[in-house]
Amino acid sequence: MMLTQPIAPPQTALSLRGVTKEYPGTPPVRALRGVDLTIENGEFVSIVGPSGSGKSTLLHIVGTLDRASAGDVHVAGFDLAALNDKSLSALRSQHLGFVFQQFFLLAGETALDNVADGMLYTGRPLARRREMATEALDKVGLASRAGHMATKLSGGERQRVAIARALIGNPRILLADEPTGNLDSKTGASIVQLLEDLNEEGTTIVVITHDREIADGFPRQVSLLDGEIEHDSGDRR
Amino acid sequence: MTVEAPEQPAIAPSRLAPADTLRAAGIGLRTRRLRSVLSALGIMIGIGAMVAVLGLSESSKSDLLAQLDRLGTNMLQVQAGTGIGLGPGTLPEDSTAMVSRVGPVDTVASVRDVPSARVFKNDFVPSGQTGGLSVLAADTNLMETLQGSMTAGIFLDEASPDYPVTVLGAVAAERLGIRTLDQPTRVWIGNEWFTVVGIMESLDLSPDLDRAALVSVQAAETYLEEDLVPTTLYVRTDPVSVDEVRGVMAATVNPENPDQVEVTRPSDALEAREAAESALTNLFLGLGAVALLVGGVGIANVMVISVLERRGEIGLRRALGATKRHISLQFLGESLLLASIGGIGGVLLGSLVTAGYAALQGWGVLIPTVAIVGGLVAALVIGAVAGLYPAMRAARVSPTDALRTL
Ligand SMILES: Nc1ncnc2c1ncn2[C@@H]1O[C@H](COP(=O)(O)OP(=O)(O)OP(=O)(O)O)[C@@H](O)[C@H]1O
Ligand SMILES: [Mg+2]
Repeated sequence: MMLTQPIAPPQTALSLRGVTKEYPGTPPVRALRGVDLTIENGEFVSIVGPSGSGKSTLLHIVGTLDRASAGDVHVAGFDLAALNDKSLSALRSQHLGFVFQQFFLLAGETALDNVADGMLYTGRPLARRREMATEALDKVGLASRAGHMATKLSGGERQRVAIARALIGNPRILLADEPTGNLDSKTGASIVQLLEDLNEEGTTIVVITHDREIADGFPRQVSLLDGEIEHDSGDRR
Repeated sequence: MTVEAPEQPAIAPSRLAPADTLRAAGIGLRTRRLRSVLSALGIMIGIGAMVAVLGLSESSKSDLLAQLDRLGTNMLQVQAGTGIGLGPGTLPEDSTAMVSRVGPVDTVASVRDVPSARVFKNDFVPSGQTGGLSVLAADTNLMETLQGSMTAGIFLDEASPDYPVTVLGAVAAERLGIRTLDQPTRVWIGNEWFTVVGIMESLDLSPDLDRAALVSVQAAETYLEEDLVPTTLYVRTDPVSVDEVRGVMAATVNPENPDQVEVTRPSDALEAREAAESALTNLFLGLGAVALLVGGVGIANVMVISVLERRGEIGLRRALGATKRHISLQFLGESLLLASIGGIGGVLLGSLVTAGYAALQGWGVLIPTVAIVGGLVAALVIGAVAGLYPAMRAARVSPTDALRTL
């Protein structure tokens, strides 16, 4: 299937201007309070900050899973405010990849089919998806585990499968929320190495982590505090 | 709906091919097999009951129709009314001749009670023990009129031998312990040995004769009792004139007191039995429908629980690009799959029960297509209705909330 790409791929992968997010309640929770952030294509960025500082909220908003209460969000050249729910789903299926702390693999499927599910909603036939999944599994070094059920894999292997699933469609942006959170530090390091390799190939990668050591290894760090950007090592203003 | 700004590039919409929808719908069934089977069980029992009830009633009806066809609906039975003060009724001596003169009547045969006579296996049995069997004197054309047949031997005929003979009804033969006539067999009637020359097949239209030992009128008057009068006439008519013959029968038999004559059509009783069975069929169909409803509620319940348990999966699928519609179709599909497993299982179960019971009864198996198709359609409708609410709930799950759950 042919995707209509933006005519000239913009330099900017993500940009947020004055983004706030308020969760209704008494009193309402202000999870983000005026965030300005620009991430260019091909960047490798870590987002750090204490628990409750709004990291996941930020990731969900740039991942188009939730809408900002106010402010402008552009992702992969699209103004999210101008897209309806269906278009946001389409944007996710074609341009965004996600990796989560809890892996979220489907228990009833093999590693290969879990990876193939990364393209499930693009309308490609199953045989083609499996072909691409084989390649993606190979890339994360799990070709030998293709036929194993997801439930039979170790934590590190599961996260590799999840990364293969996120990269199978060759997304422009990969968003990871605490991808090493459930792994020991050695396994976590190998996962970060894998993400680094992907970044070398041109994928823009944003990783949330609470692990200072891991974050320090990133070329750019953004730290959040109480819904505001406290420090951005890559801020060129 | 927001309108895309003109400079926005187009994005091809997310798509989920029908085959992939089906695969996604099957995931819940594969990972939770026992629960799926149990939740399909209600539908299976409901559909099974309905298919079995329809199949059995159809099989028994077709058997009955075949039986009616075989026996004919053109036989009338004429008896004297046994009203208050009339005592056991008798018919005029010449009634047989009178009836046979009616145009559309094909044959008529009379039967006469021989009230003083009893039948026994031998002459030692105390005379009190009649075993509920009667002795009747019959015309020789009775068999032909009833269109009955013999299990063994022959019926009474004109060429009576010098010694007394009898023909036993099916029940009478069984009670007397007589199964075959390979050996010369005698029974004790009145004060005389009668040789058994034949055993009749059971007569569905005249069960009275099954419990009787039949002798010829001549033999009865010679050996048992004199001055016998007809008590029952069996009349076989032209099939198209049954009602007309029935109308004139009372006046023909007893012109002076036509109201003391009772004319019945024995096949009506079989048809009445059929009507009673169809009332029972409706009752069971109703019970099947209740089981189906309960099955539907069971599926809805399991689906709601499944949606709650699988919030993580729903969140992930939304992250992978599923639209709300894709999510709801997946869960609706799962409910339809559960229901069709129940439906197919139910049709198989119902057919099996029908086949088994019909074989036991010696009927031909007949499962109406409408029961099979109707059963499957009913299952799918129930599945769709049961899955609708859970599917809507699944679509409404907020992806961010779902992804926050551990
Ligand atoms: N659906 C919601 N309704 C109300 N409040 C919410 C909701 N989701 C998040 N919050 C609140 O918003 C704030 C930011 O939450 P968020 O999950 O973004 O934090 P985080 O930085 O990812 O924390 P952690 O490191 O613990 O994952 C928190 O105070 C949280 O309680
Ligand atoms: Mg978080």
